[in-house]
Amino acid sequence: MNLSIKHLLGLEGVPRDDIRAILDAAFSFREVLERPIKRVPTLQGKTIVNLFFENSTRTRISFELAEKRLSADAVNFSASSSSLSKGESLKDTVQNLFAMKMDAVVMRHSVPGSVKLLSQFVDAVVINAGDGTHEHPTQALLDMMSLQEKFGSLEGLNVAIIGDIRHSRVALSNIFGLQTMGANVALCGPPTFMPVGIESLGAKIFYDLDEALAFSDAINVLRIQRERQGKGLIPSLREYRAVFGITRERLEKLHKTLTIMHPGPINRGVEIDSDIADSEHSIILHQVLNGVAVRMAVLFLLVGGK
Amino acid sequence: MQIKIIKEELLLRNVVVIDPFKEDTYETDILIENGKIKSIGQPVDPKTVKNSEDLKGLYVSPGFLDLHTHLREPGNEDEETIATGVRAALAGGFTKICCMPNTDPAIDTQEAVRFVYRQAENLLADVFPIAAVTKGRQGAELTEMVELAKAGAVAFSDDGAPLKNSQVMRYALEYSKLTGKPIINHAEDVDLKADGLMNEGLVSTQLGLPGNPALAEELMIYRDLQLAQFTGARLHVPHVSTAGSVELIRKAKAAGVKVTAEATPHHFSLTDEYMRTFDANGKVAPPLRTEADRQAVIAGLKDGVIDAIATDHAPHTIDTKETSLDLASYGMIGLETAFALAMMNLVHAGHLTLLQLIKLLTINPATILSLPLAGLEPGAEANLAIFDPNEWWVFSRKNIYSRSQNTPFIGAELTGRIKGVITKSHYVTL
Repeated sequence: MNLSIKHLLGLEGVPRDDIRAILDAAFSFREVLERPIKRVPTLQGKTIVNLFFENSTRTRISFELAEKRLSADAVNFSASSSSLSKGESLKDTVQNLFAMKMDAVVMRHSVPGSVKLLSQFVDAVVINAGDGTHEHPTQALLDMMSLQEKFGSLEGLNVAIIGDIRHSRVALSNIFGLQTMGANVALCGPPTFMPVGIESLGAKIFYDLDEALAFSDAINVLRIQRERQGKGLIPSLREYRAVFGITRERLEKLHKTLTIMHPGPINRGVEIDSDIADSEHSIILHQVLNGVAVRMAVLFLLVGGK
Repeated sequence: MQIKIIKEELLLRNVVVIDPFKEDTYETDILIENGKIKSIGQPVDPKTVKNSEDLKGLYVSPGFLDLHTHLREPGNEDEETIATGVRAALAGGFTKICCMPNTDPAIDTQEAVRFVYRQAENLLADVFPIAAVTKGRQGAELTEMVELAKAGAVAFSDDGAPLKNSQVMRYALEYSKLTGKPIINHAEDVDLKADGLMNEGLVSTQLGLPGNPALAEELMIYRDLQLAQFTGARLHVPHVSTAGSVELIRKAKAAGVKVTAEATPHHFSLTDEYMRTFDANGKVAPPLRTEADRQAVIAGLKDGVIDAIATDHAPHTIDTKETSLDLASYGMIGLETAFALAMMNLVHAGHLTLLQLIKLLTINPATILSLPLAGLEPGAEANLAIFDPNEWWVFSRKNIYSRSQNTPFIGAELTGRIKGVITKSHYVTL
């Protein structure tokens, strides 16, 4: 199976068949991950560099693990983008690295578009591991995989994304990906967290959390960045929890069970209460395992055939 | 670019003259002698003249005037010098350019104003410095406007630094009345703009890029118009980019406010859709707006709400553009492409006549700053732009005379091309 895309820069515009192929492959790799020996020789001899210009623990480890499970040689480069001098920031660092002949690069950067910029500088497969507030395609893919695992299909599924939509790459990639796969997406959060024009992307907008929960089969709860508080976007975390926090009392008012997702790391007691995050309806830890499988699938399909 | 001194006389045969003064278009021969037009409007026998060029099919107008150019000298000569900026101007048909004071140091003293004139002395375009409104462009203390005007400053602007303090803006407008020259304020509410890198709207949302709302421009223009009305002083609004701004200026003009306005070729040629490329060459201030805004700017140029086309030519080295969007500098070069973009998007698109366009590039900007513009009549200085309004060409790096190459139009197919200029007894051909 060949994908129509050459790089994974985002999910906007990625055709349904490509997403289908990635998810199918991910389920196969998921089986590999259940085996006693969790390693396949698929990408033996391939060199992949993990280029992280922004702090990340989960995503970086997940990619690294995916690369190792596929027997690729993984090289890590971490630097905070602000510590790199202006001008030298991207192009020079990256071209230096690629003079050493890499097959693929997994990149995270704090600025939207920087991953696309990279794909123009280097002759290698480029995979976006999060570019600022733009996209985080592998996160959305692992969310979709987890939903498919739970519900069997994404077609017609009602999924609400709750929290800071404006500053979320997870939200944007999920909106694009879920809609391509036939799911209905709703967004919920305070108006200061809603970007201009978001309604034109085809998602339903709720400012009332109870209405959003009533709409949903599953919810994806976004992390509230504590620093948002100081910028005047929300008055306090306390008020945020009171209005938009996922608590047991709220869920108990519903006459149904909701599947709970969270891209992590969780602010327990802010956007979601501890007991809900750890409850039987939460698939948060499945998401983590599926993350490795989805990243194996993406690497296999984009780098393997090369 | 070829530059020839016109020794004694030169005859341009069979050109179509677009005369913005007389609002007339006609085919004629033009005889130039000792830097002046000797004959225009009647045929001249080429056998009686030593040098003649048959320019059948080409058009001639007064040389263009740009109200808004950044020349980077002194301070950032790696990006542009006054000399290289003048070459770029000539390539674009401009024989007069006004340069902004955001140099290092800023043009905020008489000596700095005189420096610009001195550097341009032997160059082939006239360079008119716009001086800062406040010392060091810091937005606090007024510059010595009267003395600066005496030294040759043609207007006052802190350029990229909006005058945020309303009282400073009020005093600047009031005091500028001693000079008769307008205040040009880069209209942007910097708090509302915050870290916005592109126009706020559907496209910024899809790209996850921080948005700079149209309101940031409109609120500042509204304040400036009110202050201009209150003080009775002259305000010039640079690079109008939103439909709301056009509307505000329209109403202010109707109410008798002494306001003039300009629009740039990039704002009437491109929209925020361009940012889908994530190309930092599209990062400008104010940002590229929506299609509705672009159309409103064109409508404003058509009905006279916007008085002039100005390039906002803003050279930057490539390494400040081949970087992530947050670090990339604002601005694009524009002198070389202005005429072709205007031909394509205004004239060939059916919005303006060629005569209307020529007015927006010549007498209108000259009137705003009371700058002299030679007429198309015997005895007048020969200062002309020569162009083919219909030539199709592909813009490439070799067409750039600026020291910087930051433009999104490399590789663009353009219609309408500058073929040469006559200036200061020189015949420049491209």
